[in-house]
Amino acid sequence: MHALVFIKQVPDASQVRVNYETGTLIREGVPAILNPFEAHAVEEAVKLREKHGGKVTVLTMGPPQATEALKECLSRGADKAYLLSDRVFAGSDTLATSYALFEGAKKIIEMEGEVDLFFAGKQAIDGDTAQTGPGIATRFDIPLVTYLIKLDDVNFEKKRAVATRLTEFGQETLQVPLPAFFTVEESLNELSHSPLPWLIKAAQSKIERLSSENVNLDREQCGLRHSPTKVKKAFTPEKRQRGETLTGSVEEMVQKTSDILIPFLKKDL
Amino acid sequence: MSSKLKYDVIVVGAGPAGLSAAIVLAKAGVRVIVIERGRLPGSKNVMGGVFYSDCMKDVLDDFPGNAPVERHVIDQRIWILDQGSSVGFNHKNESFNKKPYNCHTIFRAQFDRWLAGEAEKAGALIINSTVVKEALVENGKVIGVKTDRPQGDVFANCVIAADGVNSLFAKSLGLRKKIKPDSVAIAVKEVIGLDEKVINDRFNVKNDEGVTIEMTGSYFNGEAMAFLYTNKKSVSLGVGMVLKDVINNKVNPNDLIEHLKKHPSVAPLIEGGETKEFLAHLIPEGGYKAMPKLVGNGVMLAGDAAMMVDAIHREGSNLAITSGKLAAETYLEVSQQGGDFSEKSLSLYVKKLRDSFVLKDLKKYKGVPDLLQTNKHLLLQYPKLLNQAAFEMLNVDGVSKKDKEKLIWKTVKKEIGIGNLVKDLFKLWRNMV
Amino acid sequence: MGKTIDLTKKDHEISHYKNIWVFVEQTDGVAHSVSFELLSKARELAKQLDCQVGAVSIGRSVSHLAEEVFRFGADKFYIVEDEIFKDYRTEPFRDALSKLVIRYKPEIFLIGATTQGRDLSGSVATELRTGLTADTTKQEIDPETGMLMMTRPTFGGSLMATIVCPKDRPQMSTVRPGVFKAIPVELPKEGEIIRGKTNLTEALIVKKILKKVVSSEGNINLGFYDVIVAGGKGMGNKDNFNMIKELAELLGGAWAGSRKAVELGYAPQSRQVGQTGQTVHPKLYIACGISGAIQHLVGMQTSDVIISVNTDQNAPVFDVSTYCIVEDAIKFVPRLIAELKEQKLTPVKNEQ
Ligand SMILES: Cc1cc2nc3c(=O)[nH]c(=O)nc-3n(C[C@H](O)[C@H](O)[C@H](O)COP(=O)(O)OP(=O)(O)OC[C@H]3O[C@@H](n4cnc5c(N)ncnc54)[C@H](O)[C@@H]3O)c2cc1C
Ligand SMILES: Cc1cc2nc3c(=O)[nH]c(=O)nc-3n(C[C@H](O)[C@H](O)[C@H](O)COP(=O)(O)OP(=O)(O)OC[C@H]3O[C@@H](n4cnc5c(N)ncnc54)[C@H](O)[C@@H]3O)c2cc1C
Ligand SMILES: Nc1ncnc2c1ncn2[C@@H]1O[C@H](COP(=O)(O)O)[C@@H](O)[C@H]1O
Repeated sequence: MHALVFIKQVPDASQVRVNYETGTLIREGVPAILNPFEAHAVEEAVKLREKHGGKVTVLTMGPPQATEALKECLSRGADKAYLLSDRVFAGSDTLATSYALFEGAKKIIEMEGEVDLFFAGKQAIDGDTAQTGPGIATRFDIPLVTYLIKLDDVNFEKKRAVATRLTEFGQETLQVPLPAFFTVEESLNELSHSPLPWLIKAAQSKIERLSSENVNLDREQCGLRHSPTKVKKAFTPEKRQRGETLTGSVEEMVQKTSDILIPFLKKDL
Repeated sequence: MSSKLKYDVIVVGAGPAGLSAAIVLAKAGVRVIVIERGRLPGSKNVMGGVFYSDCMKDVLDDFPGNAPVERHVIDQRIWILDQGSSVGFNHKNESFNKKPYNCHTIFRAQFDRWLAGEAEKAGALIINSTVVKEALVENGKVIGVKTDRPQGDVFANCVIAADGVNSLFAKSLGLRKKIKPDSVAIAVKEVIGLDEKVINDRFNVKNDEGVTIEMTGSYFNGEAMAFLYTNKKSVSLGVGMVLKDVINNKVNPNDLIEHLKKHPSVAPLIEGGETKEFLAHLIPEGGYKAMPKLVGNGVMLAGDAAMMVDAIHREGSNLAITSGKLAAETYLEVSQQGGDFSEKSLSLYVKKLRDSFVLKDLKKYKGVPDLLQTNKHLLLQYPKLLNQAAFEMLNVDGVSKKDKEKLIWKTVKKEIGIGNLVKDLFKLWRNMV
Repeated sequence: MGKTIDLTKKDHEISHYKNIWVFVEQTDGVAHSVSFELLSKARELAKQLDCQVGAVSIGRSVSHLAEEVFRFGADKFYIVEDEIFKDYRTEPFRDALSKLVIRYKPEIFLIGATTQGRDLSGSVATELRTGLTADTTKQEIDPETGMLMMTRPTFGGSLMATIVCPKDRPQMSTVRPGVFKAIPVELPKEGEIIRGKTNLTEALIVKKILKKVVSSEGNINLGFYDVIVAGGKGMGNKDNFNMIKELAELLGGAWAGSRKAVELGYAPQSRQVGQTGQTVHPKLYIACGISGAIQHLVGMQTSDVIISVNTDQNAPVFDVSTYCIVEDAIKFVPRLIAELKEQKLTPVKNEQ
């Protein structure tokens, strides 16, 4: 089996603060982390490898610093990591990103062999778009399963798997032929604590570099210039102000709160 | 199933002490593994931020080279703060503008990561996100470490424990006792962002030139030390207080820093700045007397783990670097002599430390921490008096200078007593010079 | 997999694109409320652009939705009905929808940012090689260029970005449920129904649905509720969480939890609010024993009214709260419940 996981390094959104005076984000000193969903994607892929043999490859498109996130994936048990990094990708929107990743993945297939399972996170916590996965799947024209919470009966001979995903009203279980593309939820699995030898192996492995030089790319589909969407302006939302602090005895506060809540009371019962 | 993980040396902790040991060892071809608890080296480290260059001499050629340093310090100030006033003196020297620079301000998160990169380049293996739980001991000798990971036992000829002020490792071996609240300080620090130009103007320096201000005095009831260091586009502002005082006075360290920010001598320097980071950490302050046993069978302690901090001169990272380097050199020498890493052979490390500035300095000031703890008035009454005296002398109000002097002496006599003053001065002199 | 659309047929001349489309999402023939919210918004935008509003739906049987669709302002209703569309599956829906777009060339295409809408829109936009702005909270027409300006939060709500799609059509975006109001038109017209066809057959679709579970507990879309009562670690234990549930029930809302509450087993992951849980914007959000970590705030700070109960007067949650109650939630909530029950029994005076 061969699994390819698309991973992204993101600023730890919990530590990004807003400068309300200038309307900008304070990103300095904010650590870059592996997008939390992808840790689960790697975990799932590694679990499958431990069971069926084969290998797990990870790919990211990003600046050279993104090697850190790739290293983390190696520590979590991935076998090989690729960094797709090039100036031409700067400023890509999701359409251009999914294009670059699609071409990068094709190159990886060329070098590492056919892929049975593609994984991505449900969404990246910086952009929150959740579009990159569906975009890549569409370009490969393979079945897409978003919001994956369970993967069973992966059968590499019969080339199929049973996947459970979240829907608006519950869950559904699908039979999917492989290769297929999955975007994963955190509840897919529990992250395990990797054995020390994996970390040692990761520290000693090299990150493979891909760029517009060794990947066959149509530059007319890359980067800011060729992204259909453009950011016209960015601004900080108005800061919510601390409202009224209720005072008085508990009884008085209960009374006051109940007055506020009365319009919301469910009528029938 | 897996084969045993075996290295020549295990270094616990990727701080300055551990990394300098790793660099020296790796350069000599020793197989060394550094195990760090943080997600990345430096991610859990805090330091006020002055790094002395001299100690790097035998560790890396060409320091600072491409190291992520902020400003080189050319002006060092000491302020004694009272409510609403301050007395200070400073030393600014053109020779601090000559390379190699004496010291730089740094950010540990960046600095440690860079240093770890240098260690990797030298051939050391650095493993992050892994906690060393305890020593593996066989026949009274440390033979490796146990980590919190599956298949996580690692073996080596010798372990260098450089896991910082809380050193679990030293404790697990009984080399160190529980830290006493009077031998560590808790320090809180904020990084406050400011424009480069604003910093240059406010501190009267050019780009890359830096200023340090150390502060103490009655403003903190004589119980805290504070600092303000200039970085490229921010200043680091911090306060430290001995843990015992924190506990006894039930103070919240965060309030101390807020208090400091309001001092009229400090406030204008940070005005308009925005807090970017907030950090807290312990500093070993007990000095020489609080130091643990430095070697055992198969193990050496370096840096903060050995409580090597010169609290008087805000030096720690340089002692850490030097002790790490000396531990590495000890390993190299002992292994040349046949590789018996018993406590006896490794005591060469203690000798090396004694011959270096590390123990000399620590020994010299060994009385100071106690002195300050038991003579709080040194940091409380004197600063008050000093501020009053300065005010009297500088305030022109028709009273003659001579009368003002008399007035000051009168206050001194009343508050402290001449006999005590002489005693205090003598005590200080004996401990510090 | 045998795609049925041919991208070379896509018209790249943007001036040929006209009208605003809204995807009418349905499950088993019941339309999702976000569809009507979007139709109402589309009507408003169409007035500015002087164009028509089209509703599009795909399913086994959707024509019965026509009346509702017209009532909320659609001029035309494009539908594709076939047995293969009984349940939502990405690929056939994507292909059917892309074909309609290539054929009818809408200038703007709005889709609800639901699980289905997000799954579908990313696929359709890629198929059509056009831009898609996800999860928007504001839609305006630029009076100068006539372009759609789509505003959306990023960095978990810390930053807003206004995005345009100048050179490609349609201008696509998804919109979170509850952002716009569904307002029926006063005098609904009988619109036109336009039927599309598919040449897909079940044999061509490789993904098969084995089982569907509609769950109350296991999964819940908190986005549907006007009132959410959430508890955090401060609730102390799982039993105390029952009061959160009871209060939610009294208010006709849903109950939810912080991540710590989920980690401690007080609430299932499916009820987690926040960055790695669900994003909600109810009319009323009550936070009990929740500190208000930024990851939690980003999931709820756009609620209309926020009431917080916390023992710590400096809890960050108060910084976004409309009403701050510095009190022990375990004492306060039961008393509040008792008071509300009382209110229920007595004929209500305040109610309009
Ligand atoms: C606020 C403040 C201001 C200071 N200012 C200065 C100054 O201006 N100049 C100066 O020279 N010194 C200063 N110091 C002192 C200086 O920071 C320390 O002396 C120095 O960092 C010691 O280095 P170290 O390598 O011994 O320990 P540390 O830097 O503490 O490194 C120890 C490392 O070990 C890791 N570790 C701990 N436990 C484990 C474990 N169980 N398993 C694995 N890894 C572990 C830690 O994560 C850490 O990375 C200051 C200290 C503080 C707190
Ligand atoms: C990558 C990442 C993603 C995350 N995603 C999410 C997410 O999606 N959602 C989320 O919620 N968190 C998320 N978190 C976790 C988040 O950082 C916080 O840890 C979490 O929200 C805290 O939950 P809490 O407020 O219940 O607990 P705490 O922070 O422990 O707060 C408990 C609060 O209860 C108060 N309290 C205690 N007793 C009482 C009482 N009797 N009455 C009233 N008040 C009381 C306390 O004063 C305190 O404020 C994420 C973290 C990371 C790193
Ligand atoms: N630059 C990138 N490199 C690799 N994978 C990415 C990249 N951007 C997004 N992804 C993947 O796509 C998922 C969804 O991202 P987004 O569409 O940005 O919300 C992420 O969780 C990643 O798995």
